[in-house]
Amino acid sequence: MSNKLSIVCVSGTLEKLQMASMVASVAAASGDDVTVFFSMNALQYFTKDNAELAAPEEGEFGQLIETEGVPAFRKLFEQAADLGDAKLLACSMALDLMKITPEDLTLEFGPATGLTAFLSDAEDGRLLSF
Amino acid sequence: MSETKVVDARNTFCPGPLMELISFMKRADVGDQMELLSTDDGSANDVPQWIAKVGHEMISNEKIDDVWHIVVKKVK
Repeated sequence: MSNKLSIVCVSGTLEKLQMASMVASVAAASGDDVTVFFSMNALQYFTKDNAELAAPEEGEFGQLIETEGVPAFRKLFEQAADLGDAKLLACSMALDLMKITPEDLTLEFGPATGLTAFLSDAEDGRLLSF
Repeated sequence: MSETKVVDARNTFCPGPLMELISFMKRADVGDQMELLSTDDGSANDVPQWIAKVGHEMISNEKIDDVWHIVVKKVK
């Protein structure tokens, strides 16, 4: 039985999105059962319209992330899903407030998800939030 | 006789080299070998750990002129 890891992404800053994507991709690629739940300010970076939108930096490290050769967070989440079977889920409340549906999202997002389902799914494993 | 495919992940940062390795493993057949080139010191530890965790065979791991050369064989 593989390790369950659930990740909540709510921050819309580069450092947090980068870290969340690194954890998701490495864990998923190592065989962990990963689910990432996106809400609040994190979700906007995954709409088709915002595919090129840059996330603001929180501090100095944000500049370093822009260094050539550092994989982009969107690419890492995509690799988490493609290579590691991670589930990417959008918060149904955030989708409603933003007036969008999962069809408006890039990457391979699952269906709109509420907290009851997410928390139930996360029950037996570890949970991290960014 | 199988060839060793070289995957050049030099000048990419963690987790780039690891992701390159894993992409290769997903597409490769059992018995295939690859040589990962990396300049990322962070990955120098991470890659062997991944290989051990998932259970593939590490053939060799050497640092030559600041470049890590890690040869891995897919065994399952």
